[in-house]
Amino acid sequence: MSDSQTGSGEQPIYEQVYELLQHYNREGRELRPETDLNAELNIDSVAAMDLIMEIEDKYDIDIPINLVADLRTVQDLVTTVRKQQGAA
Amino acid sequence: MDILAKYDSLAERREIMLQAGDNPFGLRMEKVLSPTDALVNGKRTLLVGTNNYLGLTFDPDCIAAGIKALQEQGTGTTGSRIANGSYALHEELEEALGRYLKRDHTIVWPTGYQANLGVIAGLAGPGDTILLDADSHSSIYDGCRLSGATLIRFRHNDPEDLDKRLARLRRQKEAGSPDAQGAVLVIVEGIYSMLGDIAPLEAFVEVKDRHGAFLLVDEAHSLGVMGETGRGVAEAQGVEAQVDFIAGTFSKSLGAIGGFGASNHPHFERLRYCSRPYMFTASASPASIATVTAAVKRIEEEPGLIRKLWQNAEALHGGLSEKGFEIASPVSPVVAVRLPDEKTAVAFWNALLQAGIYVNLAVPPGTPNNICLMRCSVSAAHTLEQIERVVQTFVDVREALKAGAAAGN
Repeated sequence: MSDSQTGSGEQPIYEQVYELLQHYNREGRELRPETDLNAELNIDSVAAMDLIMEIEDKYDIDIPINLVADLRTVQDLVTTVRKQQGAA
Repeated sequence: MDILAKYDSLAERREIMLQAGDNPFGLRMEKVLSPTDALVNGKRTLLVGTNNYLGLTFDPDCIAAGIKALQEQGTGTTGSRIANGSYALHEELEEALGRYLKRDHTIVWPTGYQANLGVIAGLAGPGDTILLDADSHSSIYDGCRLSGATLIRFRHNDPEDLDKRLARLRRQKEAGSPDAQGAVLVIVEGIYSMLGDIAPLEAFVEVKDRHGAFLLVDEAHSLGVMGETGRGVAEAQGVEAQVDFIAGTFSKSLGAIGGFGASNHPHFERLRYCSRPYMFTASASPASIATVTAAVKRIEEEPGLIRKLWQNAEALHGGLSEKGFEIASPVSPVVAVRLPDEKTAVAFWNALLQAGIYVNLAVPPGTPNNICLMRCSVSAAHTLEQIERVVQTFVDVREALKAGAAAGN
């Protein structure tokens, strides 16, 4: 069974993504998998593009713009990172 | 819920902007008097934000060609070229442009925006991948979305970042990923409209050739501006043969409206029956087309216009830099002065207008990296005295705003 199936491999990714999100977390909210990127962290479509580039650099992956509209929560972001890591 | 409520926060931001003076995004010009002057609020105003790079909007030859076409062929074509046919005028413009650009195939669209939509969505489709410069114009983003291709952004003007992403895509292709088997199209602009910075095409061409990708360059702001004969950044950097496709507009250096795509690709003409933005729009009106054909001829016959444009660009860039203004890029006909924040930028823009100078206010999200700009565009039609007046007015406005801030206004 792979890490993605057990979930055990995801914890470090969550921590890394939380770290990247701190720059956008101006109100110092507690970050959870279900944190809403737009509603809770005020990451609008323009800021989302910058965030995506940071994530792409960190994990050496591409996240096509076509997928960005579906990224609502931190969990969506992590799932996409793992999916794109699998594709790379 | 009101259907337009989603724009409430934008509308509030606009209201705040309007309270500071005139409307930067909807200014009424009562009468345009020349390529460099208009009446605004009843006052003669110097235009330094028009993209009228060669000043051809009042060119006697272009006007005469437009009048002749209007009188002889009427006001409009009333339909698309696939349904109603082409006027000989459209085809003559395509032939003239093709000769000038040294491209075998040229296709004309009614606007520059549609040209990007039509070229991009005509070239790329589902299963293909487009890699686009992150700072691309909205028409490029919209064309990309319309194409249905997979869209990947690379860092602005960064051939290394493009290289890295093309290498990843190639690895995916070799690994048999079904999403990576289609054609790959790279899209960049020649000169970027907001900051006036120029693409390192030579480096981009080397990267895309190495990875077997196609390259589309949008020369909207560089046609008639860059290169010895004005064919754009590709001409200036000596890489025209390696640029697979170019797109451009007639609404800047050519002083009219419309756009084009051009290529030596043997099948480029397929876009005429496969690209929806070409097929499902009425063709440009005869007068408009005729003025563009005349403008292309003017550029070919008078390269001095380009030299004059660059003299003016250097004078404005040098003059403002000397007075301590921070210009966003090295010299180009787009001279973008950086200001600290939106409030200062709006006040600066209004003060310039009151002093009889019109420039473009550029603020996020229309600008990269959240910067605020007084965006000037220089014309060959400006006189050096006018450029000096612009520099002096920038200095005066800066002093007046500083004095106002010190007085607590």
